Amino acid sequence: MSAETLSLNLGPQHPSTHGVLRVVLELDGETVVDARPDIGFLHRGIEKLAENRTYHQVIVLTDRLDYLAALSNNLAYVLAVEKLMDVEVPRRACYVRAALAELQRIASHLFWLGTHAHDLGAMTPLFYALREREALMDIFETLSGSRLTPSFLRIGGLAADIDAGFVESVRTFTDTFQARVDEYETLLTENPIWKHRTRGVGVLDAGQCIRLGISGPMLRSAGLPLDLRRAQPYSCYDEFHFEIPTGEAGDVYDRYLVRIREMRESARIARQAVDGLPEGPWTAAGSPAVFPAKGELKRSIAGLIRHFGLVMEGMKPPAGEVYHAVESPRGELGFYIVSDGGPRPLRLKVRPPSFVNLQGLVKMIRGRLLADVVAVIGAVDIVLAEVDR
Amino acid sequence: MKLDALRARFGTALGEPATFRGETTLTVDRDSLVALCECLRDDEPLAFDFLADLCGVDRRPAAPRFEVVYHLYSVRHGHRLRVKVALGEEDPVIDSVTGVWETADWHERECFDLFGIRFRNHPDLRRILLPDDFEGHPLRKDFPLEGMDKP
Repeated sequence: MSAETLSLNLGPQHPSTHGVLRVVLELDGETVVDARPDIGFLHRGIEKLAENRTYHQVIVLTDRLDYLAALSNNLAYVLAVEKLMDVEVPRRACYVRAALAELQRIASHLFWLGTHAHDLGAMTPLFYALREREALMDIFETLSGSRLTPSFLRIGGLAADIDAGFVESVRTFTDTFQARVDEYETLLTENPIWKHRTRGVGVLDAGQCIRLGISGPMLRSAGLPLDLRRAQPYSCYDEFHFEIPTGEAGDVYDRYLVRIREMRESARIARQAVDGLPEGPWTAAGSPAVFPAKGELKRSIAGLIRHFGLVMEGMKPPAGEVYHAVESPRGELGFYIVSDGGPRPLRLKVRPPSFVNLQGLVKMIRGRLLADVVAVIGAVDIVLAEVDR
Repeated sequence: MKLDALRARFGTALGEPATFRGETTLTVDRDSLVALCECLRDDEPLAFDFLADLCGVDRRPAAPRFEVVYHLYSVRHGHRLRVKVALGEEDPVIDSVTGVWETADWHERECFDLFGIRFRNHPDLRRILLPDDFEGHPLRKDFPLEGMDKP
């Protein structure tokens, strides 16, 4: 090794860092000797903002964390508040939530697949992946009026009931999706260039992942089938049949395989959820945490008062603290809420999987080539809005 | 979960375990924190090998003002535990647990950055989200929502 190394700034404005991530690389020729990730460029103080809003108002903030999987954030947050308030959510709402969370996982993985492959020089998968993602965005937009920030979940249930059109569009999507994934796989899975760029790159074994707190597809690609949907089921996940795909090598290629197979499983879950959709209420009407139905405001003074109270003051949860985590597309996404009995959280902490998973970056790229850095960053699948909050 | 053995070992340093909504919280004195964490990680029936999250809480105007909260998960057993340490306003210093769980590194830096809680024996304690020359710690309750530079 020569005595002199070259410092190179990768990011914060560089397409391969998937957002405003800056990594200061120490290079010896093309070999990475050391690396210092620099984050925080997208810090907006969301946790501070949440302390100054009522519990209902926080829902829209959660969309702005991991904006590629906003519904997963909505879900993790409302589940935590429902635990705090001890609200029983109707099964119909749970099924719709599960379907939405799985469609969101597919949308997120598709975006990851397209951009990750594009980083490594494969142009075509981007167009295919975004075509299917667009179909999902249409479903979200029809449902909620918004593509990236649906805020469709509410404490106690949903913002509105779903209609037959939603069920039909999910069926249409899942009917064709497995064949679409086959198409992506013909482009990459046995592609020798793809394998060369990804196999044996960025390896972390299961023990290292656990020590670093890494969860989600990165952990499963190292062979450990830990998935919170199975380990600590929420939102009726124990009623669906699905596999937990795992890899062996814990490298970039196995992370690719795991996410590809996860998309197939997610489509199966979403299909089961809409096919088995229970009839009944879609929100826990009557709970003090839930807004009364619109019609009730016109008919009963009690309903009007409750609505007014929830808007002007907010609800009053008991003093205490809860933590609830879900399996987001990136791993364990948790919300820790401390309540002092007031209408606003005393403290709201997000456990962001992107932030924790990114901590493994330096271990994965030290001693590797510069070109591998791009492959590794892509395979971590970070969203900087969630890393920085 | 068998927490009785711990109580025998740590005595008064360990508070009574509290349960709320099915979650167990353990409070511990800051001097016994690292020893407790090693026990929690290494004892076979507990095996808390995964530190899911670490964060600070500011309870101003209550005293003691700060808390550092650890969320633990056991991959082997699938159970969770919350450990809390209370810290006074005048001396918000606590031992780092980076030697127990490597993942604590960035979490502790974030807690230092946003709360000004210092972690002893941390390998690289500096700000992580905010610029190095930022003044103040924004998640403290006396830090105004609009920022320090507004009138």
